[in-house]
Amino acid sequence: MKKILTILAIVFVFSACSEDHDDNITPTPSQVNVSFNFTHDWDNTLINSSNLTTEIVTNEHGEEISMTRIRYLVSRLELVNNQGESYLFDGYKFTDLSDEASYNFTPDNNSIPPGTYTLKFIWGFNETDNVDGAYADLNSASWNWPEMLGGGYHFLQFDGMYNVNTTAPAPFNYHNGTARVSTGVFEQNFAEIDLPTEIVITNNAVIEVKMNIAEFFKNPNTWDLNVLDTPLMPNYTAQKMMQENVSTVFSVGTVTQ
Amino acid sequence: MNNFLKYGILIFSLVAVLSCSDNKIDDGNYINQPTPAPLNIPQIFSENILDPVIPIDNPQTLEGIALGKKLFFDPILSGDQTQSCADCHSPQNAFTDSTRFSEGIDGIFGNRNSMPLFNLAWNYDEKFFWDGRVFGLEHQALEPVTNPIEMHNTWEVVVDRLEQHPEYPNMFSNAFGNGPITRGKATKAIAQFERTLISANSKFDRYLLGEVQLTPQELNGFNVFMDEERGDCFHCHGNPNNPLWTDNIFHNNGLDATFSDLGLGEVTGDPADNGKFKSPSLRNLAYSAPYMHDGRFNTLDDVINHYSEGLQNSPTIDPLMKKVDEGGVHLSDQDKADLKAFLLTLSDPSFINNPDFQNQ
Repeated sequence: MKKILTILAIVFVFSACSEDHDDNITPTPSQVNVSFNFTHDWDNTLINSSNLTTEIVTNEHGEEISMTRIRYLVSRLELVNNQGESYLFDGYKFTDLSDEASYNFTPDNNSIPPGTYTLKFIWGFNETDNVDGAYADLNSASWNWPEMLGGGYHFLQFDGMYNVNTTAPAPFNYHNGTARVSTGVFEQNFAEIDLPTEIVITNNAVIEVKMNIAEFFKNPNTWDLNVLDTPLMPNYTAQKMMQENVSTVFSVGTVTQ
Repeated sequence: MNNFLKYGILIFSLVAVLSCSDNKIDDGNYINQPTPAPLNIPQIFSENILDPVIPIDNPQTLEGIALGKKLFFDPILSGDQTQSCADCHSPQNAFTDSTRFSEGIDGIFGNRNSMPLFNLAWNYDEKFFWDGRVFGLEHQALEPVTNPIEMHNTWEVVVDRLEQHPEYPNMFSNAFGNGPITRGKATKAIAQFERTLISANSKFDRYLLGEVQLTPQELNGFNVFMDEERGDCFHCHGNPNNPLWTDNIFHNNGLDATFSDLGLGEVTGDPADNGKFKSPSLRNLAYSAPYMHDGRFNTLDDVINHYSEGLQNSPTIDPLMKKVDEGGVHLSDQDKADLKAFLLTLSDPSFINNPDFQNQ
């Protein structure tokens, strides 16, 4: 009886080992799940809900700034692999820097094959998606862009004070959305963000997308808040400058898988 | 196998009987099942904004609402039984107080204006009071009863009185099943009633639904409200797609250069929150004077003048308070008058006259 038990035990141990070997050579999955984690910095100083309102930063033009609120919208996140196959994710991402739960974005349908990809997305909403009042969650967040300015939604709300190192700090409201050319004439103002960094995906992955807030004031337009502080929403020139400056704001960070 | 089957049938039967008894029998008594009474969500809300917040453990029921209404109007909650919730939250004043500060049962006045009560289920963050110090309407309702300068009572006394009352024990059973009356059940009922206080039938609501026209003055006032170069009211006070007319968020709107009342800062302990108070809804302003967290402004003209010329700078002022160094955006007299005309279109006479909300 003891012999039988011993043999059984040995067989069990070996079979268990052999299963482990099998595990180690598991083939690459045919589909993996991806999600996105947006992080924010000011020229490499991490900005999150803890220090958003306390960090004093200096913009490219030289003004010292305190930040009160940053909320923004991106949509149509899309991964394109090196065969040119595209995976467009549903939904849009509304981020409020004061709420870290809003930094993550997991599309409902987020399954793609492993491969080498690049990421692109829309800053704000494109013309098809930017439908006035169409999204209850964004309406509830008072994210709307006034109809007199073309309607739809804000792409960015960045509020703060500048010249905070002087005796006369002043407010700025760097808000981006549809550009008004003239009364009743509007120009779409979204931007296509196409990030060149190759993202090699072998397994379920979280892709970090980094926003450098300082870039809003930097490239290609060095922003002078003393001239352009508020109101900027009805200011066509300011709106187009924002659209240009957003192109260098985002980059791909760490891919965790 | 036969034994297995027998035991299986026995266990199944026991489970079936027990589950029946859970629903219907408790100590030999039949438990009333309260009647579901989901909120009647106005079209202007259902078409534009997210659904209201109803806690999963406190669904709306006819019996709960009726009990909550009776409690809301009953001075039994206060220490000397002279004061009800409605004394400081009067229906004809959109459930606020017409005086700047409210007098408690001991003749002591508070230092904040009573908040109007409507559309509370659409306060998505569920932070209540001017300073957001309480999460959830059920918890909010606990506080005024024990506040020494308000109802100055204890919940033990309230519960004892309710237990001895000729009607309340039955009403509590009908609303929440058998078992002792508790302060938790009382505040659940009050919260259910408060969630029924829905206001969505103003002239502007009907304008958005295509039922009425606005006057040219009201339309210009609306444009002032929505114009970043003039009123820029919409960033904190909603817009036609967010017809709550508030963001339910906390701002320092430039009332003072220094603070005697820290507001949100007192709650969070963060100096960056000093002087911040919740944006109130702009609905029903015709009935809810005086204005601001401390009721300092008696008229809408005072309020508009404050934003136009009276802003005070301070370290935590919201950057949305434009041109603070000039006191504000300096609206023209015409724009001020038109803005006021628009704001008054957000008032809802059917709300303050709704018989369901009166003490009867």
